[in-house]
Amino acid sequence: MDSHTIAAQTAEAGHIEHEHPPFLRHHFATVEQQRETATFGMWLFLLTEIMFFGGLFCAYLIYRNWYYPAFVDGSHSLHIWAGTLNTTILIVSSFTMAMGVHASETRMRKALVGWCIATIILGCGFLCVKAYEWHDEWVEHHVPGLNFSPEGFMRVNPAYPADAPLQRDMAEKTQVYFSLYFAMTGMHALHMIIGVSLLALLTIRAWGGAYTSGHVAPVENFGLYWHFVDIVWIFLFPLLYLISRHQ
Amino acid sequence: MSTILTLPDQSTATLPKVSYLSKEYGLKSWLLTGDHKRIAMLYLISITFFFFIGGAMAGLIRLELLTPPSDLLAADTYNKVFTAHGIIMVFLFLVPSVPATIGNFVIPIMVGAKDLAFPKINLLSWYLYVAAGCMVIAALVSGGVDTGWTFTTPLSTHYLNTHVITAGLAVFIAGFSSIFTGLNFIVTIHRMRAPGMTWFRLPLFVWSHYAASILMVLGTPVLAITLVLVVLERTIGIGVFDPTKGGDPLLFQHLFWFYSHPAVYIMILPGMGVISEVISTFSRKRVFGYTAVAFSSVAIAVFGFFVWAHHMFIMGISNYSALVFSLLTMLVAVPSAIKIFNWSATLYKGSITFETPMLYAFGFIGLFTIGGLTGVFLGSMGMDIHLTETYFIVAHFHFVMVGGMLMAYLSGVHFWWPKMTGRMYPEGISKLAAVITFVGFILTFFPQFLLGYLGMPRRYAAYPPEFQVLNVFSSAGASVLGVGYLLPLLYLTWSLKYGKIAGPNPWQATGLEWQIQSPPLTENFVETPIVTHEAYDYEWLESKKDHEVPTVG
Repeated sequence: MDSHTIAAQTAEAGHIEHEHPPFLRHHFATVEQQRETATFGMWLFLLTEIMFFGGLFCAYLIYRNWYYPAFVDGSHSLHIWAGTLNTTILIVSSFTMAMGVHASETRMRKALVGWCIATIILGCGFLCVKAYEWHDEWVEHHVPGLNFSPEGFMRVNPAYPADAPLQRDMAEKTQVYFSLYFAMTGMHALHMIIGVSLLALLTIRAWGGAYTSGHVAPVENFGLYWHFVDIVWIFLFPLLYLISRHQ
Repeated sequence: MSTILTLPDQSTATLPKVSYLSKEYGLKSWLLTGDHKRIAMLYLISITFFFFIGGAMAGLIRLELLTPPSDLLAADTYNKVFTAHGIIMVFLFLVPSVPATIGNFVIPIMVGAKDLAFPKINLLSWYLYVAAGCMVIAALVSGGVDTGWTFTTPLSTHYLNTHVITAGLAVFIAGFSSIFTGLNFIVTIHRMRAPGMTWFRLPLFVWSHYAASILMVLGTPVLAITLVLVVLERTIGIGVFDPTKGGDPLLFQHLFWFYSHPAVYIMILPGMGVISEVISTFSRKRVFGYTAVAFSSVAIAVFGFFVWAHHMFIMGISNYSALVFSLLTMLVAVPSAIKIFNWSATLYKGSITFETPMLYAFGFIGLFTIGGLTGVFLGSMGMDIHLTETYFIVAHFHFVMVGGMLMAYLSGVHFWWPKMTGRMYPEGISKLAAVITFVGFILTFFPQFLLGYLGMPRRYAAYPPEFQVLNVFSSAGASVLGVGYLLPLLYLTWSLKYGKIAGPNPWQATGLEWQIQSPPLTENFVETPIVTHEAYDYEWLESKKDHEVPTVG
């Protein structure tokens, strides 16, 4: 098919669709083009996010090889139940978000608003559990730079009586673990806060019916963002909490 | 279904009554615009502003280096001045220069679209740029930063009491401005092309921006997270790069150069795009080996990601990785050379004319070749250990960045000025400016190769007296160069009101942007164009004697 034929077909397709929905921006020819463009842009943005977290994962990989015992002991000091609870919360929130996108596609306004609110509640729940964990780490003097003390790692951990305590120089290296822990979970939590805020705005507009008249792209793309933030956690959970579970 | 649009003849051209400039008036219509052309103009103004601030810093540096002792500036002031010069020129001028101004203006038109894919994100990108610029100025006014533009740890995290955090966050924000520009370009080039505009009918300007955008989108986030870690080390004292806590400063270098080496290709690739357009237009020939030039842009982008450690040969990386990175560095020279050879082959038997953009383009080819070849010297380990941290490096990257990129930028600004404003720049004085820039450039930076080879270290306010003669040459050249940059500022501003009316296609060029009125309408095209010809098809243009353009709509 030569270019003329392609051009003619596009032109005809453009003419058949006489009614332009209000959400079609002037520089797009069709709703389909607008939706594809927005989704493509979102995937690219997520690619930049992968590179953003990638720097941290790279640092994690190197230091985990260097200071493996410190990373194991650091990991043992976290609450595994809290990490598991948060993982569950996030997986459920991904489900509610996916249902929200489905509700938007099937044009069910109240269901969309309901699923969005459920997602917001789950997101806030995640942040609360995370805040509790951070508070606990503060109390135990595990925050590098602010109140860090390696003493705790130079005694036998009652939860792991079989493990020998660390020597002072390796116990000092748990600072690297906790630096990465706070940087990674902090960046992740920042993305959660941004996500919850954006979702709150989306919910208000969804209540007005903005996304249940064929204009699915914003909800769909926000869903992509939300799932991405979940997936980051799916990587963080084993790296930070489960390092030595196989031993 | 298909209509014929006829453009007015060149000699009788008048300014169109309606254009993107005259559609709306008032500050609000500019500051809240979604029009890629208006955002490009906003960028042009702000980038010019920061260029002259960065240029003033360069002037201070050269003035200080006129005499061997550190007399005009104290050593720590000198550190702050070259840091400001570096940060402003890299992040606020070179990275956004061609993409955010010329690219923003012409890429949607070149692909036959009404606007970039995300106009609001495009505007956001400009606001982020301005915010970053304000923060840099704030850091500068409130006492300066003296880390060098590289924010090297632990110097930046532990040993300095200057405004590292403000400057670091400014670069972080400028990074997001650049990410959004790159993202917009990639999506636009993929999804917004007009009917018939296949990938291999795209102008090479678009290809080179596509390659640069890949680097922006994939590289910049790594710089962002690295700067976040630096800021966290400074503020609360986490230990990712701090050796006293078990961190490793070398990791900072790896992460920083993982962005900052591709960043030099972010800077140079769009310039190469300009050169492809200009060389083709003023030799009236299709770019020789179009496909090779297009793919060499992508190859530069891909190879560019795997050479970063050549900045670190003396930093204690292993000999084996240095060897591999040295080899990969040599490989980048291949696609760069392909471009140079193909431009030269385009000139062969072309009907060459010497308009101002062409003069700048010739400057680019010559200076970039010298800059690129000295890069190969520096990529080979033995030479690098002798030459690194000397003025040889300074001369090398200024040949690429100033001799290459700035020449390309000025070439592009002159080339598309008639399209952007509807008026011609004055030809005589602009030719003079191009020649002054070239002479001033050679005089400024060629002595620095010699100085570096003789062993003069970079980043010092004082130097041994035997280096003075060459330094005086360099400082004298810098003043000539300064004149070369002030002239375009003056006559281009003058031409806004008094320049000759350009008409739609003053260069008789083939690109889609030349087939519409100058300055263009807000929607660019009255009706969506159908593309039936390759880029640089001068026979097609010849057959369209009456400037007829087929359209749909």
